[in-house]
Amino acid sequence: MDEDDSIISTSLVSVRNLSFRRGNRVIFDNLSLDIQRGKITAIMGPSGTGKTTLLKLIGGQLCPDQGTVTVDGIDVHKLKRKDLFELRKRMGMLFQSGALLTDINVYDNVAFPIREHSHLTEPMIRTLVLMKLQAVGLRGAAKLMPSELSGGMARRVALARAIALDPMMIMYDEPFTGQDPISMGALIHLIKSLNTTLGLTSIIVSHDVQETSLISDYIYVISDGKVAVQGTPAEIEASDSPWVQQFMKGEPDGPVHFHYPASDYVKDLFYSPEKPLKRPSKPRGPSFFGKKSSPSPKTAESKKSSRSRYHSQD
Amino acid sequence: MMDFLTQLGKTTRAAFNKLGRATFFLIHTLFGIGDVIIRPRLLINQIYSVGVLTFLIITISGLFVGMVLGLQGYNILSDFGSEEALGVMVAASLVRELGPVVSGLLFAGRAGSALTAEIGLMKATEQLSGMEMMAIDPIKRIMTPRFLAGFISMPLLAALFSSVGILGGHLVGVGLLGVDDGSYWSQMQANLDFQDDIINGVIKSIVFGFVATWIAIFEGYDAIPTSEGVSRATTRTVVNSAFSILGLDFILTALMFGDQ
Repeated sequence: MDEDDSIISTSLVSVRNLSFRRGNRVIFDNLSLDIQRGKITAIMGPSGTGKTTLLKLIGGQLCPDQGTVTVDGIDVHKLKRKDLFELRKRMGMLFQSGALLTDINVYDNVAFPIREHSHLTEPMIRTLVLMKLQAVGLRGAAKLMPSELSGGMARRVALARAIALDPMMIMYDEPFTGQDPISMGALIHLIKSLNTTLGLTSIIVSHDVQETSLISDYIYVISDGKVAVQGTPAEIEASDSPWVQQFMKGEPDGPVHFHYPASDYVKDLFYSPEKPLKRPSKPRGPSFFGKKSSPSPKTAESKKSSRSRYHSQD
Repeated sequence: MMDFLTQLGKTTRAAFNKLGRATFFLIHTLFGIGDVIIRPRLLINQIYSVGVLTFLIITISGLFVGMVLGLQGYNILSDFGSEEALGVMVAASLVRELGPVVSGLLFAGRAGSALTAEIGLMKATEQLSGMEMMAIDPIKRIMTPRFLAGFISMPLLAALFSSVGILGGHLVGVGLLGVDDGSYWSQMQANLDFQDDIINGVIKSIVFGFVATWIAIFEGYDAIPTSEGVSRATTRTVVNSAFSILGLDFILTALMFGDQ
């Protein structure tokens, strides 16, 4: 057995040569990665790199243009709808917004997948729900409505719901976004402890570098539709790539520029590309720049070039 | 000219594309009926929010429409000395046309827009995606009970509208303007045909309920998941439902009463 085969055998999720585009925009270009069983794997990258899209591809909510995604040895995108739903019962997902059903309370939200997929009696469902809520520390909030929860509490309830069917893996979509330090600490602790105690496999999609690095066993950093760098948190930290260093340290300028490409600032401020300066019908004395205002051929040329640059950016 | 033709082609193609998606969506929704039969609680909850909560607006509107019909009808009929025919005029207007059409329009405005907004917001807040990831089909679990609730509620609401309208006409015609009470009811009983008037009116209300609910849930499901997208979808529900109801009313009327 060669090294590649051994990786595949220990990986729960295997993405091979994945390509996906939205319209003309390429999201993934021949992407390959593996999620190891029992580990916490982080997928990081700047906003808009398609991290959430990757989770939807793994969960079978989107179909790739090319390539395969296998979960527990099953090709997700070759499954019929019924079989896909059977597989999803073994996959939990925590959405960025929590995605709680807003018309039922916390207890019923956690009980929802159990009631839909089992024929358990209400007393048994109650026991299970209270156990799941106890695990996330919100047994006391069972009667609250989702609108009465803080953002952190809503995510913990969503986490309790995600583990309600005892899945083999959980996908976390930006679990730390917009959390206060206490909620963030609680979530970090929960993700780590649930992964260990329940023997889960966790995939965390995030751009919160510090928090994610704390609990991850392995990290993939995605950029421009490809894996830019991968390794353990220590290996990523030690990477000599300027781009990775900028991303991990959160530096505002570097290989990824602070400024979006634009035409010359001063020209942009004082010469509108839409309304070129017209030659005044009568001389009106010195212009703002000390000479009579008339667009030079050079100015007109630069306007044309800046316009074409705008166009190419579109 | 070419731009116009290109745009026309694009718009037509988009419209047919949407119609196709809506048809597949409807078929998928209908496949969920079995699940709803097993769990009638889902349907009962939706009949409450779609039907019962529309009860008040239908009742009050029906009463006023009936009162206006009584007043206008009396003014015209009295010129011909036929005030006794007020009952049949009010009842035929309501049962044949105004009952199904006005209650359909009110239903689209009250229940249809609420359905679209609810489903659109569920989509925007990832509740539908969340269900899919919990291996629960959101179309069967969310759409089918709502569709059936609208389909069942609408004929009942139209019947309620017509009944209250007839009482409104009686209130004005008999109570205020002095039309004979016996004539009001007996003329109605003698001249309204169960098949031609009442059954045809019920068929209309069933068709309007089907179309208005279908449009409402599809627009919600198809909404762009942003606040603006949900807002536009809600507007489309009301506008498209109104056009569909009025257009279908003409077609159905032509089929039902065209050869008389």
